[in-house]
Amino acid sequence: MKRLLSGNEAIALGAWEAGVRFASAYAGTPSTEILENLSTYRGMTAEWASNEKVALDTAIGASFAGVRALACMKHVGVNVAADSLMSVSYTGVNSGLVLVSADDPGAWSSQNEQDNRHYARFGKFPCLEPSDSQEAKDFTRYAFELSEEFNTVVMVRSTTRVSHSKSAVEVEMPEPRQVSPPEPPPPFERRPKSFVLIPAHARLLHPVVEERMRSLAEHAETSALNRIEWADRQIGVISGGAAYQYAREVFAGFSLLKLGMSYPLPKQKLRDFSSQVETVVVMEELDPFWEDQMRALGIEVIGKEFFPLTGEFTLERVRSAALQAGLPVEPAVEVPPAVPVGAPPRIPALCPGCPHRSVFYSARKQKLLVSGDIGCYTIGVLPPFEAMDTCIAMGASIGVGHGIHQAGNQERSASVIGDSTFFHTGLPALANSVYNRVPTTTIILDNHTTAMTGGQGNPASGVPAHPEREAKRIDIEAVVRAMGVLAVWKVDAMQVKEVDGAIKAAVAHQDGPAVVIVDGECVMNQGWQRGTVVKVDLEACNGCSLCFRVGCPAVLQSDERDVKTERPKAEIDPLLCTGCEVCLQVCPRSAIYRPEVSLV
Amino acid sequence: MSEDQLARPAATNFLFVGVGGQGILTASDITAEVGLAAGLDAKKSEIHGFSQRGGVVESHVRWGNPVGSPMGEKGAIDYLVSFEILEAARFIEWLKPGGVVVSNTQKLIPMSVSSGGHEYPGDQEIEQSLRSRTDQIVLVEALEIAQRLGNSRLVNTVVLGALSTHLEIEPDAWLEVIVRRVPPRYAELNRKAFWEGRRTLA
Repeated sequence: MKRLLSGNEAIALGAWEAGVRFASAYAGTPSTEILENLSTYRGMTAEWASNEKVALDTAIGASFAGVRALACMKHVGVNVAADSLMSVSYTGVNSGLVLVSADDPGAWSSQNEQDNRHYARFGKFPCLEPSDSQEAKDFTRYAFELSEEFNTVVMVRSTTRVSHSKSAVEVEMPEPRQVSPPEPPPPFERRPKSFVLIPAHARLLHPVVEERMRSLAEHAETSALNRIEWADRQIGVISGGAAYQYAREVFAGFSLLKLGMSYPLPKQKLRDFSSQVETVVVMEELDPFWEDQMRALGIEVIGKEFFPLTGEFTLERVRSAALQAGLPVEPAVEVPPAVPVGAPPRIPALCPGCPHRSVFYSARKQKLLVSGDIGCYTIGVLPPFEAMDTCIAMGASIGVGHGIHQAGNQERSASVIGDSTFFHTGLPALANSVYNRVPTTTIILDNHTTAMTGGQGNPASGVPAHPEREAKRIDIEAVVRAMGVLAVWKVDAMQVKEVDGAIKAAVAHQDGPAVVIVDGECVMNQGWQRGTVVKVDLEACNGCSLCFRVGCPAVLQSDERDVKTERPKAEIDPLLCTGCEVCLQVCPRSAIYRPEVSLV
Repeated sequence: MSEDQLARPAATNFLFVGVGGQGILTASDITAEVGLAAGLDAKKSEIHGFSQRGGVVESHVRWGNPVGSPMGEKGAIDYLVSFEILEAARFIEWLKPGGVVVSNTQKLIPMSVSSGGHEYPGDQEIEQSLRSRTDQIVLVEALEIAQRLGNSRLVNTVVLGALSTHLEIEPDAWLEVIVRRVPPRYAELNRKAFWEGRRTLA
């Protein structure tokens, strides 16, 4: 039966079909739905890890203990996991171990566009690259076999376009939702010469790794994953992943070599294919990963001098690059430009009722130098707040803020970090500030969820990945105090004055680090409660515009203007307003009020 | 590789656009499933993430045999299906000349307009922009129809009803997919909404 599945649903299904028994992930677009899907399957354990390294480490442990294991993350998450990844390449595996890296060409929801195929070469393990959902399922399933056959971790590299596109998948098994609990694994096989990487063992394992790569390269020559589609031999296109889908349209009628195994490359197959076509084109998204290796083989190719090095491929980008290269592909149909409208942008905004609003309102008002972090709250950099000055990577805010202080900067500054990000990599950075006795200010935005990716569980939420299992919520305040932070404030996110006052006091605190925990439920959380919709008294409002600075989609400019200032007065959209009353609290004339009778 | 796979895959291209929260991704899902149920190859593409809350949402669907890229090409979209009238104009460049626009007449004012700076274009300006590309423009008061039926979440079913009149696929094939996706107690309401959407063109 054919079903329409997203790449991520298909990866989960492929892992399930392979008999995966343990899966762990840290949420990150475009990878999140893989674990979300796995958590609906019975007979296995799926967990949200506190970060990607922990996700990989737990999967390594499960593999060593004799069950097939999966770790999933977005491309930059692999950087966090890289320490263990580079070494598990040496140890090898017991049962199949697969790491899914979901890359993000186009940086649709990421801080960079790194090409993680490099990790396969760097760390010396194979990389499989599906180009649609059917392959996403098949390759993931096969990755576990490959892992066991060659005693290696295997990377499955997806991209946003593969993970978040849906295409038909032949589903062989019935919906795998009801399965009896699995048997316990065999006793742990103690293999310290493989699994304990003391230098003496590592030195012996390195040649084994090199030998493994030689046999994998041999295997790649005959693997069905690397297939040739012969047609007109005037052009031979080498492609894979999402790029293959564009190649098969733009270069329709010409010969294609599709690389399903991105690394190691089948050198002889590449030589043979190239020698049988007139012009070789290498079409790959992001870096010239294959192109450079082909050139090293002495094969002349058309590649990144025409096909874009940055951004995501599209049919039109690929077609225009091919035409520029003088290749005989069908030109795009000439279309005259349409009459444009001045379409106003839809800038991402914090949701109505969002508990982060008060913090950025205060940060702006207090003109703080803000080291930011990754989450919904990175919106703090945008108008009307414009209250974020740095954002590098998960958990970086605290360390960057520390460094700004240690550089001798005297400005009033703070680091802003979410609850999930705090447990991800904020903990060691805060410990560093405590240990070095540096008076940093850290504002922890605790909305009890991993909001940006759609509300996954984390140690601060206590919500498990499997709905029927148990998870424990860790008290951030207790953790911070136990670390030795003496100046700690915990405030209600919806009390603007309290938030403002706590931040002011924390920034002024000079004896070691200070922490402000701003507590407020994400509006997407189960159990969040809507308040009473507020209204504007148009006679009292003088259009001072302070309420517009809370950046709420429910606070609108009305058509009515103040006679003196001619500035527009405010009005509240009753459908969007959640009754959080942040705007009400910043209004200096009490023009925004809560009506006596609820409108909801 | 078979003969037909070597040919440039001919596809029917849909582009669904609107504002986060309008049910756009459900509509594009349904359209892709309808294509698959009709025996065609079908793919759909969408972008999640930073653009979700109140941002512009776009989702491509392609029917063909087979389909390569999950996204259509700019200037070659056959059906631009918009859930908000400004968004139809924003994406009109994607439509092929003479293609079909199906748009909900609803207006959702962006924050860049409501809290200063930008202006929402006038009806005439929007119409002029759409007309510069095609005369096949279908405007549907989907929100009004949905509200009249008692549930504003029916907007996407109404819009799909309007879209379905342009395609040679039986209404029942659409309804089968739509009904399968909603809780049974909403099945009848969705049937009504779909037929109301179809009627807008009669």
